[in-house]
Amino acid sequence: MVDWAFLAPALAAGLGVALVAGPLGTFVVWRRMAYFGDTLAHSALLGIAAASAFSLAPGLAVASVCLAIAVGLLVLQQRAGLAADTLLGILSHSALALGLIAVWLVPGARLHLEGVLFGDLLAVGAREAVTVWLVGLAVLALLAYLWRPLLSLTVDQDLARVEGIPVGPVKTVYLLTLALVIAIAMRVVGVLLITALLVIPAATARRLARSPEAMAVQASLVGMAAVALGLALAWTVDLPAGPAVVVAAAALFLLSLALPQK
Amino acid sequence: MTALVEAQGIHLRLGGRVVLEDVSLRLEAGRIVTLIGPNGAGKTSLVRVLLGLLKPTAGRVVRKPGLRVGYVPQRLAVDATLPLTALGFLRLAGADPARCRRSLARVGVDGLADRPLAALSGGELQRALLARALLRRPELLVLDEPDQGLDLPGRRALHQLLAELRDELGCAVLLVSHDLHLVMAATDLVLCLNRHLCCSGTPDAVRADPAYGALFGLPYTHRHDHVHRLSGAVDRGSGDG
Repeated sequence: MVDWAFLAPALAAGLGVALVAGPLGTFVVWRRMAYFGDTLAHSALLGIAAASAFSLAPGLAVASVCLAIAVGLLVLQQRAGLAADTLLGILSHSALALGLIAVWLVPGARLHLEGVLFGDLLAVGAREAVTVWLVGLAVLALLAYLWRPLLSLTVDQDLARVEGIPVGPVKTVYLLTLALVIAIAMRVVGVLLITALLVIPAATARRLARSPEAMAVQASLVGMAAVALGLALAWTVDLPAGPAVVVAAAALFLLSLALPQK
Repeated sequence: MTALVEAQGIHLRLGGRVVLEDVSLRLEAGRIVTLIGPNGAGKTSLVRVLLGLLKPTAGRVVRKPGLRVGYVPQRLAVDATLPLTALGFLRLAGADPARCRRSLARVGVDGLADRPLAALSGGELQRALLARALLRRPELLVLDEPDQGLDLPGRRALHQLLAELRDELGCAVLLVSHDLHLVMAATDLVLCLNRHLCCSGTPDAVRADPAYGALFGLPYTHRHDHVHRLSGAVDRGSGDG
């Protein structure tokens, strides 16, 4: 028997996150920012600790911390004189370690540690599902509005700048959307697995897509299929839902490898 | 004639190294200007300063307000995971498909429209980039070493095409090149750069200039009228000239 009253909010929230993670994830893949996504996701733990310590709304606190880290990274990249992946390797794990310590120290936050790390999809309520969709639709609207400038600067930043695209502001808004999506995706798959939800559906769609727009739409569809499959798996075999969703996405990716590359 | 871009006394240091020193130049409509110089002479840096992509350490660049620039970079760093065709790439500039196809045809590569951008050869990509630059109806066309990777007939064809485009659009063309001989034919003004402008003038005048020979190690009689110091500074009016 499927208890729909229990399952529906989880399914709705998962689908909402996958819908917006699709197009956002294609940019993560095109711009080779997977590690960057990891760093932002790991810094979300600090946001959780801050929210518990100062009684803030968790989503807002996480999004703010992620955005602050993202902007800090951009500045550091221009000054530190280290390769981007080295810098991200340092920051990503420092942020994770600091976050774990912060969560450990703040009494309330410690209780939710497992849910924060691995997600707690089946505990999502109706109100939370509505929030996911509101934030998700807002992010989708922003991405649609910025699609062409964002794609232009993905192809070549100098060319975009010469053609009059405000490269700095567009990049900042993109990072803002990434921070927002991490804040809502945290409940679904947890901070350790968020990047998987961004990268795996986009990589799967690459085998099918003939245009950037098609790849974005197909990434959404693949992600939503992974959420449905993962939830079904978690429900029937009694597995943790977040990891089950990521495993389902990975399975779809493996299947896509059998297709000829377009 | 009013300048489209005028650079005055440009100095540029990057990472403690002197890259450009006291460079002044004017780009005017309808003229093809070629920037030549050995590797590491600062050619690309100067182009980036003129385009506003790099801020000079000292000196100033004045661009005509609202100047439309068509830029053809040396290469693109397109990730192979981006499923973008040449036509899709042109459409990013905001033009309709028919106009994009006409632009590709104008530079002689209409057959490339549906090929993935990441699969184009160096020469094909140059043409696609040029087609995209033309969509902007540029007043200034800037090409960074467009003849790299082209064979001799390819270079000749490219320079011919640029001269035609200059006549059609009445635009200025700024060309960066290694090429010592071919470039010269279709150029109004040659600038020899080696951190500073060593010599400039019409192709014939530059060819006769000893500084030009010195720059490229050609047989010549040296009349060096300036001294390069280790710091990169140049003392004018001294030396063995």
